[in-house]
Amino acid sequence: MTAETAHAHDAHDHRPSLYDWKRWVYSTNHKDIGTMYLIFAIIAGLIGGALSGLIRWELAEPGVQVFAEGSAMTAWLNLDSNHGYNVAVTMHGLVMIFFMVMPAMIGGFGNWFVPLMIGAPDMAFPRMNNISFWLLPASFTLALLSMVVPGNGDFPGFGGGWTLYAPLSTSPAHHSGPSMDLLILSLHIAGASSILGAINFITTIFNMRAPGMTLHRMPLFVWSILVTVWLLVLSLPVLAGALTMLLTDRNFGTQFFEAAGGGDPVMYQHLFWFFGHPEVYILILPGFGMVSQIVSTFSRKPIFGYLGMAYAMVAIGFIGFVVWAHHMYTVGMGLDLEAYFIAATMVIAVPTGIKIFSWIATMWGGSISFTVPMLWAIGFIFLFTVGGVTGVVLANSGVDTALHDTYYVVAHFHYVLSLGAVFAIFAGFFYWIPKMSGYRYNGFLAGLQFWIMFIGVNIIFFPQHFLGLQGMPRRYIDYPEAFSYWNQVSSWGYVITAVGVLVFLVTLVEMFIVKRRAGDNPWGEGATTLEWTLSSPPPFHQFNELPVIKPDTHH
Amino acid sequence: MAHGEVKHDYHLVNPSPWPFVASVGALIAAIGFVVSQKGLVTDENNFFLSDGQWALFWIGMGILVLTCIGWWSDVIKESKAGDHTPVVDIGLRYGMILFIASEVMFFVAWFWVFFEMTIFHGNRAEWAVPTWDAATAQAWANWPPPHVETFDPFHLPLINTLILLLSGTTVTWAHHAMQTGDRTGARNGLILTVLLGALFTWVQFAVEYPEAGFAFGNQGDITNANVYGASFFMATGFHGFHVIIGTIFLAVCLLRVIVGQMSPQKHFGLEAAAWYWHFVDVVWLFLFTFVYVMPYLTMQN
Repeated sequence: MTAETAHAHDAHDHRPSLYDWKRWVYSTNHKDIGTMYLIFAIIAGLIGGALSGLIRWELAEPGVQVFAEGSAMTAWLNLDSNHGYNVAVTMHGLVMIFFMVMPAMIGGFGNWFVPLMIGAPDMAFPRMNNISFWLLPASFTLALLSMVVPGNGDFPGFGGGWTLYAPLSTSPAHHSGPSMDLLILSLHIAGASSILGAINFITTIFNMRAPGMTLHRMPLFVWSILVTVWLLVLSLPVLAGALTMLLTDRNFGTQFFEAAGGGDPVMYQHLFWFFGHPEVYILILPGFGMVSQIVSTFSRKPIFGYLGMAYAMVAIGFIGFVVWAHHMYTVGMGLDLEAYFIAATMVIAVPTGIKIFSWIATMWGGSISFTVPMLWAIGFIFLFTVGGVTGVVLANSGVDTALHDTYYVVAHFHYVLSLGAVFAIFAGFFYWIPKMSGYRYNGFLAGLQFWIMFIGVNIIFFPQHFLGLQGMPRRYIDYPEAFSYWNQVSSWGYVITAVGVLVFLVTLVEMFIVKRRAGDNPWGEGATTLEWTLSSPPPFHQFNELPVIKPDTHH
Repeated sequence: MAHGEVKHDYHLVNPSPWPFVASVGALIAAIGFVVSQKGLVTDENNFFLSDGQWALFWIGMGILVLTCIGWWSDVIKESKAGDHTPVVDIGLRYGMILFIASEVMFFVAWFWVFFEMTIFHGNRAEWAVPTWDAATAQAWANWPPPHVETFDPFHLPLINTLILLLSGTTVTWAHHAMQTGDRTGARNGLILTVLLGALFTWVQFAVEYPEAGFAFGNQGDITNANVYGASFFMATGFHGFHVIIGTIFLAVCLLRVIVGQMSPQKHFGLEAAAWYWHFVDVVWLFLFTFVYVMPYLTMQN
């Protein structure tokens, strides 16, 4: 290996062995790091998905069964208490957001395809790229550790919800144990990872575009990552500040969020949602980018309204910073303030509408092939729109006063995330896996997975609208008989979805066993971006001679 | 198409152990911090995991410091080897500016707390909810809260402001000297800047802080309205910490100037340190205005 390292400058096209541990641990290669991010995201997704399985199992019937004290199922996870249910809910949210969606979209697909799409040989800071990845396992270790050490009294884990609201997260009466401190530091480290990654992406996109690749010729996926990482750079440090205040409130006797000491728990919510609202756009914007590439490729048309699509994302990112308090209508802010946040929130529907209609207009009159990635992309457009519409409903503070913290909200954000972001991730995965691995997936298995999951997730989440409108609050372990019908339906939906995930894993294994060669461009003339000009998988270091982009190149 | 000779000026960095080592260090330090506060085992005699033990934290921090030295030594070696071509140099500039932007947003959080308390304390007192006791209402009614004695900003804080502003001019002197090839001037400017930075730190942490007319923590009394002290010490303390980082950064540049690693054409390390120093400077001006002067004038009225 030392000899190889010494000669790395002379032999950039030399691809080290898959089984060389240093290739991964010491990596400075954007594609290898992207692969590690994707594997990490799949593992975290399975853990987060298992936690949601415990939640749906518990809620399948009224009463407390799975998380009942001493229950065999959860005893080995140390979750056998009512508090354990709260921990499962909290960790499901955190794991899915910070360790599944973000690593998959930004770390995985962003790392793999931003340099390829702009014609760059690698990221701007390849070594910093690797610390962005390796901080995540460290962060995830802390998060998982927090589930097994004392949190609420002797009960392990933090159960205050992914938003970590004070005073649940600060008061010794609720969470005196080390669990919450571990979780705070876990998010600090995940935040550092994301900030470093974001700096890397901005620098790469601004400084390493191939000759002729102007900003207005960049593929929309690159635009989406650019907007996303700006949100990260500007919002995550504010969360870091809020988390530090939680830490000092808990350990050093400050009272930032303690009313008795002159502090204000609502201020935590402001600081959190100033990060939290941009964060939800961070979770969805890369999906917008991927769906744009896919819809254009499989309609064999350039995307409709390219500039409008790009600047709609910029607008969404910008407005995303000025709407945060619509998560907090019930804290008792002034009516004027509520009116402002309603208006600002409604405005987001405009650029989002531009995107939805432009995707449809791209398909209109196109020569559409219903490949698996296209199915996921169309599913995304359909279901994300449903989530967007319920979002407009919730934006009204009068309505939200009734629906706040009910299952209607849960249904809303799962339609945009679980059926939006996750659909986009699967779309991107099947779109690019031939490029990344060099192999084609089994179309029947992958299509089967799509239909199973499409049906499954809708059965999980559509009934939750009904439950929410009937007034069922979220984050409760038990509910009255009246809610049992739709809860049971929702839990059966989970079972169907779990089968879909299983089919996904089978598809993956089958693909790597059968090894159908993909060729450079399996998608034909609709796929116009630069990654399809390279071999599959691309050379270890691509573009030793930079490509030159001509004005008529499609996006 | 992509094989063959490298025909671009980008820097393809060799594989490096530092990112992984740093992550291990961060993990150990994080666990170590929690151990120091809460402990992770019930046994009181575990050297690594019992409540109050700092061993793991310092091991983790040690790994992180070693990583910084190792990683940045590699960067200097790569710079000397000519890897930092003009286009890579531009990338480094983007990176530093964005890092400073994220730091600015970090301070936004601390200023947010401060402004929230300054502007809205009256509103919160008026919205008093029946369950709040008299102590809470009292704590919320005034800003700065009762029994807080703020600093007179026109004594030590003003001196520190002048020290920092002066250091801003000396670092610019060093930078301009370096640009025109005057290495002696660059060295002298940097020596003065580092000394002024150290002087600021000494005045703030050793002279000013012990004189504070308010506490940091609540001293175990939950009704002790110390949020002024908390936000003051966290905001100015984080600033002070950044001054220390900046001073170390400048000191490293000073050593590099002395051993001749910087030239009129190539001295981005010095420029980055200067940018960082100006950022610290500007944050201080905001702190001086809003955290020192404004509450003081409020108290005077």
